[in-house]
Amino acid sequence: MEQGEFFGLLGPNGAGKTTLINVIAGLARADSGSARVMGADVARDYRRARRMLGVVPQELVFDPFFTVRETLRLQSGYFGIRANDAWIDEVMLHLDLASKADVNMRALSGGMKRRVLVAQALVHKPPVIVLDEPTAGVDVELRQGLWQFVRRLNRDGHTIVLTTHYLEEAETHCNRIAMLKAGRIVALDSTRNLLDSFSGLELRLRLDRDELPQPFPGRMLSGEGSRFVLRLEHYRELEVALARLREAGAGIIEMELEPPDLEDVFLRLTGR
Amino acid sequence: MRSFRTLLHKELLRFWKVSVQTVAAPVLTAVLYLVVFAYALEGRVRVYGSIPYTDFLVPGLVMMSVLQNAFANSSSSLVQSKITGNIVFVLLAPVSYLEFFGAYVLASIIRGLVVGLGVLAVTFWFVNLRLQAPLWALAFALLGAGLLGALGVLAGILSEKIDQMAAFQNFVIMPLTFLSGVFYSIHSLPEFWLKLSHANPFFYMIDGFRYGFFGLSDVPPAASLAVVSTSLVAVSLACLALLKTGYRLRQ
Repeated sequence: MEQGEFFGLLGPNGAGKTTLINVIAGLARADSGSARVMGADVARDYRRARRMLGVVPQELVFDPFFTVRETLRLQSGYFGIRANDAWIDEVMLHLDLASKADVNMRALSGGMKRRVLVAQALVHKPPVIVLDEPTAGVDVELRQGLWQFVRRLNRDGHTIVLTTHYLEEAETHCNRIAMLKAGRIVALDSTRNLLDSFSGLELRLRLDRDELPQPFPGRMLSGEGSRFVLRLEHYRELEVALARLREAGAGIIEMELEPPDLEDVFLRLTGR
Repeated sequence: MRSFRTLLHKELLRFWKVSVQTVAAPVLTAVLYLVVFAYALEGRVRVYGSIPYTDFLVPGLVMMSVLQNAFANSSSSLVQSKITGNIVFVLLAPVSYLEFFGAYVLASIIRGLVVGLGVLAVTFWFVNLRLQAPLWALAFALLGAGLLGALGVLAGILSEKIDQMAAFQNFVIMPLTFLSGVFYSIHSLPEFWLKLSHANPFFYMIDGFRYGFFGLSDVPPAASLAVVSTSLVAVSLACLALLKTGYRLRQ
């Protein structure tokens, strides 16, 4: 992963996303190999590595003994930071937590607890932020707010690593994506390239005639009267298709193109 | 160093916020023991020839409270954090295994001493005790609480469920405390049980602590101190070795 990226880690359940995160965060030991955060080895130089890293865990964990502010102060202290209230207030403000500052963690809703987890990961202003399935079981409003905040952090120079199995999220936010399957990387590329190179397009046509000129690119999914649905591999095939129609003098009455999505890439690469 | 202080602070807040359960309740329990046993046995038992039974009992109860609460503090905190998962907040932070161990044990010592002082304060109504050798009493209270705090860390690392912790508490800690001479002088025991008691490290803590009050004990206090210190070092090394590898804390 490169500095400043919004990096997506995708894969089905059990692919090893959280295990990888755990190795980076020092919550698990790698059987072999090594991991570094901003150059600091996660085992040998664990103090520096952990200071560089803010992790939002997947599970909704909290300490029921403390209020939101106490939780954030304690977390600052674990990272060796004293008198962190100015930054804590700012983080709470951005996450809409300010009104809950003195509420006990037990009394918060699930969505609010999730926000506190995000705030906890940010108390030490880490250059790298890992979000492990941050929107699982979170309402739409929070999801929007959360993404806005995370994108702002990314614009400010923070590297963001996101694991998710909501493909739309990865598609919308990530510049680069790794797809994992059974612990192995099956694809690693920019989101754009993955979509371009792997994904099929669905082309829906209504013509002024009942037959397509032959040969015609793509694979016919259905043809009913003058309506045709075709599967194209690339946008290049679309150009060929349009050229064939023009050559044959066929007129297009309606045309719809369903853009590629990561779901297709995902399904093809993970073989499901 | 700040990580250590913060973790210590958190551990202290954790028991202090529920001090009715963690301080008042054990003080009450100890006082109930005192009332019941003193009523049943006072006048019938004399220890070391001249000491009234209630006087003899009080230091034992104080030390038992210190030990049990020191153990309860680190063990319950760790096992609860593991079960609820919030241990992750500490594991993600740059906290060394030494800081981790030190904070949990020191918080346990403080909880043990707070409860012990509470018991001692309440028992002033019942007996009029004078400390003959206060430094010995303090040394045994500190080392004993440290040993039990470390045992609590060990039990917390090893236990992954509440019932495993309960088993440790009920089958190891409770028998060892009850058979340590809190309620009797082991010299009043038959030969076999006398020998067995000498194998119980808890016996040396109670006996040494009691020496601080009466200047009398079953075993010379220096020997007891050696046993307790050795046990503390051994348990601490075991804990540190486990914490260093992350056994049952980091996968």
